Amino acid sequence: MRGILSAAGYVPYRRLDRAEINRFFGTGGGKGTRAVASHDEDTSTFGVEAARLALRARPDLEPGALWFATSTPAYLDKTNATVLHAALRLPSAVPAFDFGGALRSGAGALQAALTNAGTVLVVSADTRNGLATSGDESIGGDAGAAILVGDDGPGGDVIAEWLGSGSATDEFLDRWRLPGEQRSKLWEERFGETRYLALGREAWERALKNVGLTGDEVDQVIITGMHSRANKALVRHLGIREGALHDDLAGTVGQSGTAHPGLLLAGVLEEEAGNSNDVGTERVIALVHLADGADVFLFRTTDALRSFQPPRTVATQVGDGAPVSYGKFLSWRGMVDLEPPRRPEPQRVSSSAAWRSEAWKFGFVGSRDRTSGAVHLPPARVSMKGGATDDMEPMPMADAKGTVVTFTVDRMVYSPSPPVVFAVVDFDGGGRFPVELTDVDDGSLAIGDRVEMTFRRLFTADGIHDYFWKAKPIRTERKGGSTQ
Amino acid sequence: MSSHGIRDRVAIVGMGCTTFGEQWDKGIDDLIVEAAQETFESAGLTKDKVDAYWFGTAQSGMSGITLARPLQLENKPVTRVENYCATGAEALRAAAYAVASGAYDVAMALGAEKVKDGGYQGLNSNNPPNDGTARTLTAAAMFSMVAPAYAAKYGIDEDQMTDVLATISSKNHFNGARNSRAQFRKEVSKETICASPRVAGGLGVFDCAGVADGAAAAIVVRAEDAHLYTDKPLYIKGLSFVAGNGSGLIDPDYDYTHFPECEAAAIDAYQQAGVTDPRRQLALAEVHDCFTPTELVLMEDLGFAARGNAWKEVLAGTFALNGELPVNPDGGLKSFGHPVGASGLRMFFECWLQLRGEAPPERQIHTDRTLALTHNLGGYPGEMVSFVSVVGTELG
Repeated sequence: MRGILSAAGYVPYRRLDRAEINRFFGTGGGKGTRAVASHDEDTSTFGVEAARLALRARPDLEPGALWFATSTPAYLDKTNATVLHAALRLPSAVPAFDFGGALRSGAGALQAALTNAGTVLVVSADTRNGLATSGDESIGGDAGAAILVGDDGPGGDVIAEWLGSGSATDEFLDRWRLPGEQRSKLWEERFGETRYLALGREAWERALKNVGLTGDEVDQVIITGMHSRANKALVRHLGIREGALHDDLAGTVGQSGTAHPGLLLAGVLEEEAGNSNDVGTERVIALVHLADGADVFLFRTTDALRSFQPPRTVATQVGDGAPVSYGKFLSWRGMVDLEPPRRPEPQRVSSSAAWRSEAWKFGFVGSRDRTSGAVHLPPARVSMKGGATDDMEPMPMADAKGTVVTFTVDRMVYSPSPPVVFAVVDFDGGGRFPVELTDVDDGSLAIGDRVEMTFRRLFTADGIHDYFWKAKPIRTERKGGSTQ
Repeated sequence: MSSHGIRDRVAIVGMGCTTFGEQWDKGIDDLIVEAAQETFESAGLTKDKVDAYWFGTAQSGMSGITLARPLQLENKPVTRVENYCATGAEALRAAAYAVASGAYDVAMALGAEKVKDGGYQGLNSNNPPNDGTARTLTAAAMFSMVAPAYAAKYGIDEDQMTDVLATISSKNHFNGARNSRAQFRKEVSKETICASPRVAGGLGVFDCAGVADGAAAAIVVRAEDAHLYTDKPLYIKGLSFVAGNGSGLIDPDYDYTHFPECEAAAIDAYQQAGVTDPRRQLALAEVHDCFTPTELVLMEDLGFAARGNAWKEVLAGTFALNGELPVNPDGGLKSFGHPVGASGLRMFFECWLQLRGEAPPERQIHTDRTLALTHNLGGYPGEMVSFVSVVGTELG
């Protein structure tokens, strides 16, 4: 049986209240919130975080390939999936490929993985942009998703069987964006709606026919795409049961483009896993994605879903957000240039130095002295305790949790978004690292707070992104000591 | 550590020090020439009589040529040294050991820094090409973590701690106001200090030393030759240097309330100099007060106060100009200013003035003690270099 072995979404911590846009400009905006990538996040870091969650839920499974889809890649020419590959510490034999550019590439990668052989980790991520007050600025959202596709096997069985798919493809112009531009342009809305309605119905009927089901046999329906009106209109034409339509997170996260099908699919699977005692398994899930055509995927949950334990559900992440001001939002996305601190900007990362320290820089792997047990971050050859030389074992620390020993706020140092909050962190099980914090509000951190590591982009110089790890608060484990 | 030391074998016989500050009208060559001329005159020497030179600068030039060219030295060995903010002290250490070895009769150490041409406030360094994973925090932020850690360990409440740090800053400004060569020559009240804008953590502008342009120099000779040059030489009693291994940054046992590198350097220097009770033997101490919590912790690392007690001694005025052991009577880094390559030598310059009774009357320390200490560090809590010296006016 082939299908989904694991799935996870990643929703960044920050939320823009769409009403802020209207309050500022007197136009634009809307209801609800959208998820916002922090200044130190991009689609590659989203991909890493989503994939870490998906793999952590099924620790006995190893992907045989890594495919990464985004319409807003951090690099062109250079493969972004290799950044994920390094951060996930995947073996060299596992190929990593990008599916790039078009919004349909996320669904396309999923379809390709389902019809492929072997275990494929399909990761998708997008940061959606638009000019200030535009519809895209409001309806867009930033998120990532990871779907582990494969067959039943010794590492575990699929949690949702892939029943089949149906597509409808057409060449027409609804939205487009030239390479290098941040802003998408749109044709008159009604034309796209008409096309998507027809294509959606066609793909839906084709998929149902392919698997021998009718619309009312589908328990959960996900409809997503960047054309909001088309999404809404299509629902009425699918013949689905009352209540079968799943929330598309448009009001909280926003439409995250390439990532959204995977994000919603992961959310539904998590919800089904949580409800499996009440509603059982063998439930049929339909995923409909509208982008330059329509793609419909049909899955049926299995008994393996009962033991699926996502480390952090999409619903939890959606509920865990904190506001970002509209001004910060605009500056983080490069729509407004703020006066930087008068400090030298960072120098570019050395390619060869970064390559030599790949395990440390991308994987956050330190070393542990076999004699004294002392953990060295970064890895060292000579031990700080006892002086043993070249007798260390690798010490992967990316999943270690830690506690804030002391911290400071640096208001003077260069940062893409000052000030820098910085803490000395002691990890459970040994090891200390002084590290920058992220997703933390100035003044909210306290000694004793619990933190975990997250993969981020520190800065960009000479077009080279500096990826490394930061710590972020684990808010559910907060001890609540006195603030410094 | 086992240092034999060079107690009483080498003497400082001439010193000079420029004004420190924003010297827009002076380049590194001007600073070098001015410090060198004053020092040559102080020792009654010309440049040709100096056999070898050690030039300390952190960022204002490369190689010995940076010194040899402006002074137009002919066929002289000139070594450029760099050891973070302890660069100036390191230059003197090298010159003193060269004389002690017998290789040269007369050596000069000159430290200089031109920091104000960079276009940015504070210190900025150019790192070698790297993997982009190193910390990029300011020194202020790294040192700011000392204050809350110290306060928590010894049960000092936030207001008390603020008062302690403001007392240190205010004291150094008081002293600097009595120093015509200092960058900041105004007394500053504790209220003003506490109300200053925050730079990092709890540290405000007045908790931080200002960087400055400046230069300072010393000429050293064998002790037995000292009276050829001056009636009042300063004998080197001990020189100690420790380069930390950086383990404090990653060792969970380190608690940010002390600097082990400074403690080790002090023990070594005291052993070389035969100092057993620094608080009662030293006439003064010039210490590296880059930030107010640094000076606080150093009072314990250098053995001037028991662990956990320095804050009480600070409040009691023990280290004030008229206190039991005056610390930074010239205003310290805080008020004199911090030209990185020069600061270590500037500290010796104050010992030179004070122990010879040549400090301006408004800050001259009146004591029968004949020893003084300088302490110079570079780097950050957990990863620093530290230098400690003891000098004195008496042999034996």
